Amino acid sequence: MNTSHYPSAYVVEQQETHTLSVIVDNEPGVLARVVGLFSGRGYNIESLTVSETEHEAHVSRITIVTTGTPMVIEQIKNQLDRLVPVHRVVDLTVSAKVLARELALIKVKGKGEARVEALRLADAFRARIVDANTESFVFELTGRGDKIDEFVNLMRPLGLVEYSRTGVAAISRGPDAM
Amino acid sequence: MSRQMTGAEMVIQALKDQGVEVLFGYPGGSVLPIYDEIFKQNQIRHVLVRHEQGAVHAAEGYARSTGKVGAVLVTSGPGATNAVTGLADAMMDSIPVVCISGQVPTHLIGNDAFQECDTVGVTRPCTKHNWLVKKIEDLPRVLHEAFHVAKSGRPGPVVVDIPKDIQFALGAYVGPKNIQHKTYRPKVKGDMDAIRHAVNMMGKAHRPVFYTGGGVVNSGPAASKLLRELVKLTGFPITSTLMGLGAYPANDEMFLGMLGMHGTLEANMAMHDADLLVCVGARFDDRITGRIDAFAPHAKKIHIDIDPSSINKIIKVDCPIVGDVGHVLEDMLRVWKSVQPTIDKPALDAWWGKIAGWRAKKCLSYRASDKLIKPQYAIERLYEATRGHDTYITTEVGQHQMWAAQFFRFDEPNRWMTSGGLGTMGYGIPAAVGVQMAHPDSLVVDIAGEASVMMTMQEISTAVQYRLPIKIFILNNHYMGMVRQWQELLHGGRYSESYSEALPDFVKLADAFGGVGIRCEKPGDLDGAIAEMISVKRPVIFDCIVDPAENCFPMIPSGKAHNEMLFGEAVGDIGSIIDEKGKMLV
Repeated sequence: MNTSHYPSAYVVEQQETHTLSVIVDNEPGVLARVVGLFSGRGYNIESLTVSETEHEAHVSRITIVTTGTPMVIEQIKNQLDRLVPVHRVVDLTVSAKVLARELALIKVKGKGEARVEALRLADAFRARIVDANTESFVFELTGRGDKIDEFVNLMRPLGLVEYSRTGVAAISRGPDAM
Repeated sequence: MSRQMTGAEMVIQALKDQGVEVLFGYPGGSVLPIYDEIFKQNQIRHVLVRHEQGAVHAAEGYARSTGKVGAVLVTSGPGATNAVTGLADAMMDSIPVVCISGQVPTHLIGNDAFQECDTVGVTRPCTKHNWLVKKIEDLPRVLHEAFHVAKSGRPGPVVVDIPKDIQFALGAYVGPKNIQHKTYRPKVKGDMDAIRHAVNMMGKAHRPVFYTGGGVVNSGPAASKLLRELVKLTGFPITSTLMGLGAYPANDEMFLGMLGMHGTLEANMAMHDADLLVCVGARFDDRITGRIDAFAPHAKKIHIDIDPSSINKIIKVDCPIVGDVGHVLEDMLRVWKSVQPTIDKPALDAWWGKIAGWRAKKCLSYRASDKLIKPQYAIERLYEATRGHDTYITTEVGQHQMWAAQFFRFDEPNRWMTSGGLGTMGYGIPAAVGVQMAHPDSLVVDIAGEASVMMTMQEISTAVQYRLPIKIFILNNHYMGMVRQWQELLHGGRYSESYSEALPDFVKLADAFGGVGIRCEKPGDLDGAIAEMISVKRPVIFDCIVDPAENCFPMIPSGKAHNEMLFGEAVGDIGSIIDEKGKMLV
């Protein structure tokens, strides 16, 4: 309801998905700060991956996949950058040269034709078998998120029991560090 | 170089090395070693508050009136949780405060020990940063880092949580020199290209306005001087947020008064009709913007802020400049003087003419009375009586706060201490304690409401103990006035729980605390009573009985634009002016 005689300045902005790399000092509570920022300000986290990447320097890399309007994405980056233990924030999506991978472990149970079909698809997706017995397999699959989604959906009718995935690890292409 | 000392000694040594003179605190089990060190020295004065919230507000008052860092010491558990409101307040208003809290010994952390709470967890969202120190080797570095983080960049509160065994542990103390932070390096110099671009935009403006905020005050007195110079040089009108009052003299003709929800007509209309906003250290808060989609619809916007996350958060701007206000204004002045932009003088004159038209409406007018004291009149008289004194004003939160902002005219920065962002009732008395500690010979007045003072009035006892002659000037209307005003406007006059029932006799209360009580009920007695209040060199509670029905105008109702203001005369039909969407925004 616009009761003013001015046209509405609200343009419905498209939601975008961005992959952010956040380099942080690996001090106690740093992940809580990052996650608390997202929950406290109502931002989305689609995927979150954390690991220490420079052990000597106690530096960790947090990879966050988030969605929001361009204004919200800019806010998220600025808010993250404002946290004291954050070294820097890089939006890998902006460079458009982002490499993003996930790893998934997928347990499939079945006999007969379904079992053979599952094996055939796993081969086509270049999934590795990391556990096998006469009743079930555990596949290890690496790839982009949509590839994993696709594989998991194919496994559903073939006896998917459960699966676990790591969330996104991402890096930029080319010789340069971010 | 480095000296061996206990953690508790390190705390006191670090405070001394950081120039702390006054420490506001309250003892308890887990900070006893630090209190023992306080006992053994005379350099740092400890002020014993009556509640930890008061300690943080006092430190805020101290910090805001001096530009220094406020220091707080509290115990674990309830000591820390009581401090949370103060910390959140300092966070919202960007006030530098270092709060040191005791914690249970490291081996008991996580065991639900007596007076244990996850202090760093609880205070994480309401501090700029916090630390739990688990090793004595880390303590000196963390203490100095804490001061660095609190005062640099956009200032804010920090917490250093120190377990009791660390306070007893022996280690090597390191002084504050050569501590450079690994990750935290705020940018203070603005980008010169952006500044040149801004000057270019300003040169072309026909209807410009400076919109300034607390960032100018936080940047230091030099920034206020530079702002005054820039305003004079450009000839642009200037308005200020609640937080920025005093950075530009209120009595100057270029000043349009405060803007926003209870701002003046001339300030809000200038914002609405402007073709250029120069935002200096303000953050487009929702009390300022009103309806976002109708906010300054014709204006290009320049935004100077030290915090990049304040830029493009609410309003998209055309020329962002990240940097400290003082540095940026200095560069801006230099560029302006070298470029010498040719201002369209006739356009600017026409703009001032328009502003004169709005001013002529005298939006702050109220109906005077010779029977009841009008709250606006009380503040006008207080202002007149305090001119010529070295005056500092604190406030609580509500109608009285807005009237103080409208009618008390500040000509210097750091004279106005009010809870702007968080809107904390109960801020004023402890803040006044902090201000008076910093300025023992000045006149410190808490402009208050009777409901707010009930929240932290225990601190009157602190004022009495330290012989701090603070004046608590209560505009007593027997209501939570702002709540009542909204109920009148939005909820059909159903005054649900907003009447101040069973109030104490404030004069007797002052007496019981060991202060002086003064009551005034008639406009004719007001000047004499205020003069008496000022002359008394002891804490005073001034119970000023005011018209209980008075509302605070002008007002931009929630969800409305700057050009949809309500005035005193429009009280009758105000209910229909706020729509359902607006009710949600309150």
